[in-house]
Amino acid sequence: MEQKNNTLLIYTLLYFAFLYIPVLFLPIFSFNDANYMSFPLSGFTTEHYEEMWAKTNLHKALWASIKVGVVASIVSTTIALFAAKAFARYKFRGQNISYGAIMIPFLIPEIILAVAILVIWLSLGFKLGLVPVTLGHILFCTPFAMLILIARIEGFDFSLEEASRDLGENAWGTFYRVSLPLYLPGIIASLLLSFIISFDEFVLAFFLTGSDATLPMYMWAQMRFIQKLPHVLALGAVIIVFTTFIVLLAFWLRNLGQGKEKAEFGIKIHE
Amino acid sequence: MNNSFIQINGISKHFGNVKAVDDVSFEIKEGEFFSLLGPSGCGKTTLLRLLAGFEYPTSGSLLLDGSDITALPPDKRPTNMVFQNYAIFPHINVEKNVQFGLRKLGLTNDEIIKRVKDVLSLVKLEGYEERYSSQLSGGQRQRVALARALVRQPKVLLLDEPLGALDKKLRDEMQLELRTLQKEIGITFVFVTHDQQEAISMSDRVAVMSEGKIQQMSSPNELYKNPQNIFVSDFIGETNFLKANTELKDGEYINVNIENLGSFKIKNNLNISENASEVICSVRPETMMIDTEKSDWDICLEGKIKQTSYLGEMTKFYVETKEIEKIITVSSQYFDNQSFQDGKCFISINPNDISLLNKK
Repeated sequence: MEQKNNTLLIYTLLYFAFLYIPVLFLPIFSFNDANYMSFPLSGFTTEHYEEMWAKTNLHKALWASIKVGVVASIVSTTIALFAAKAFARYKFRGQNISYGAIMIPFLIPEIILAVAILVIWLSLGFKLGLVPVTLGHILFCTPFAMLILIARIEGFDFSLEEASRDLGENAWGTFYRVSLPLYLPGIIASLLLSFIISFDEFVLAFFLTGSDATLPMYMWAQMRFIQKLPHVLALGAVIIVFTTFIVLLAFWLRNLGQGKEKAEFGIKIHE
Repeated sequence: MNNSFIQINGISKHFGNVKAVDDVSFEIKEGEFFSLLGPSGCGKTTLLRLLAGFEYPTSGSLLLDGSDITALPPDKRPTNMVFQNYAIFPHINVEKNVQFGLRKLGLTNDEIIKRVKDVLSLVKLEGYEERYSSQLSGGQRQRVALARALVRQPKVLLLDEPLGALDKKLRDEMQLELRTLQKEIGITFVFVTHDQQEAISMSDRVAVMSEGKIQQMSSPNELYKNPQNIFVSDFIGETNFLKANTELKDGEYINVNIENLGSFKIKNNLNISENASEVICSVRPETMMIDTEKSDWDICLEGKIKQTSYLGEMTKFYVETKEIEKIITVSSQYFDNQSFQDGKCFISINPNDISLLNKK
């Protein structure tokens, strides 16, 4: 038994090392006083971070990414909420097919999705820019949002909604006073994760941005010049910290009220 | 008192090919404790949901206190429901749960506070205002559900197996309490249950349902003593069925030839007039007597005990006789398994305790 546990422990450590050591290099080199990513480290500096702050193009790209991310996460979460509710609450003809149809963007290679949107967008005579990127991100984020929301809504006691109707609330009142508060942790988790997916997304942005770069596009452009590499490392480190925080928050929210905490928060879905 | 407070006129509800409720018509009196009783899938819950407005009938109409409510949505009906799983809103506390349905009634703040306070005292939940559903026991949740529905002062309270999730002792307590409460406030209760003991002990009238139809509707006493068909007789308590043929009618009585037992004069509760028609007779286990010795009753059969089950206050015997293959009877503590040598026993039946049943 003892030995088996050790084997498992070693496996686990190796697995996490494989996953996270490459990622850890980014923050390490971002504080290194050199233009190249190589050992030995030559000294500690925060210069790259200062340089990062000074770039106005970066600010522009960051702002573009935030705009795209906010719109994409709100729209895809809204679409996904209605869909998830329908899938979890009702049985209807064509349910499996429509479920599949929503999930397909999740499975199609992103580059194919990107090319398809590009071709259609241009043939319709529209200009490239943040609008088609946002539309692409909505398409791409909706399946993620739906997976999160279905997990939250499935097992929801729908007699709560009937009870609300019975107590004199109409459909909107019921949604506002009963369904929304109970779905809320899932909705926020979905908003956060959709935002992160949009924020990190590169392939669709690459094909559809035109001249308005998003943050990943900006980073990609900078990396072609070796002297600009260090501040991209600094930016990368910041994004890693930010993303990790958001993802942890989203998972915590998703599970809120479904585990032990339910009594303290008074949010409870399962009987 | 309005005798046709709720009028159910030819109500049917079909789900695809399934006739959940099949052309049902009856009336419920004002202030009555009315139960819909039947096995699962008999349509009783669908009928209740039709009254609440969660389902709309395929055909037929519903009248409540003279006005047609057939097409009204649940929030526009003067009915309130206690759900099977209580459906207490988990994100708000007991007080907010009870207040939930008062928002649209146009009451002043003082009135709301008073109503909530009164109803919480009625269901004995004072001091629980700040609790959340997850901090309550099953019995307390049930009271919250009751308070939340009653605070709106509905014309009819609909209860969907509200005691099903409670343990036996608590269930017995709540049965008494619900009954007392209903008499006190005088609101019409429509109570759905699959538990015949529950229906019989609480209701003014019971409608026994099976396959979407009402099999019999009468007082609990009448239901037990004079079941009209095999289904009702079998569902309301346990019974023994005996095959028989009718003979001559004799006033209120009729002569019946029971298979292997001979001819007896029994009460003609079905008003059968034809001679020689096949009927089924029923005799309740507790009306028979089991003894070690022969009795002087009209029917006394020698038998062998095949199986017994000890029920505490009584023992149930499964007996085989020459005349009847299987008889179920019960006996008080006086007799138990050890009283009978080699399972040899005598079963005595009084013909007055035999009742006639329709085959359907």
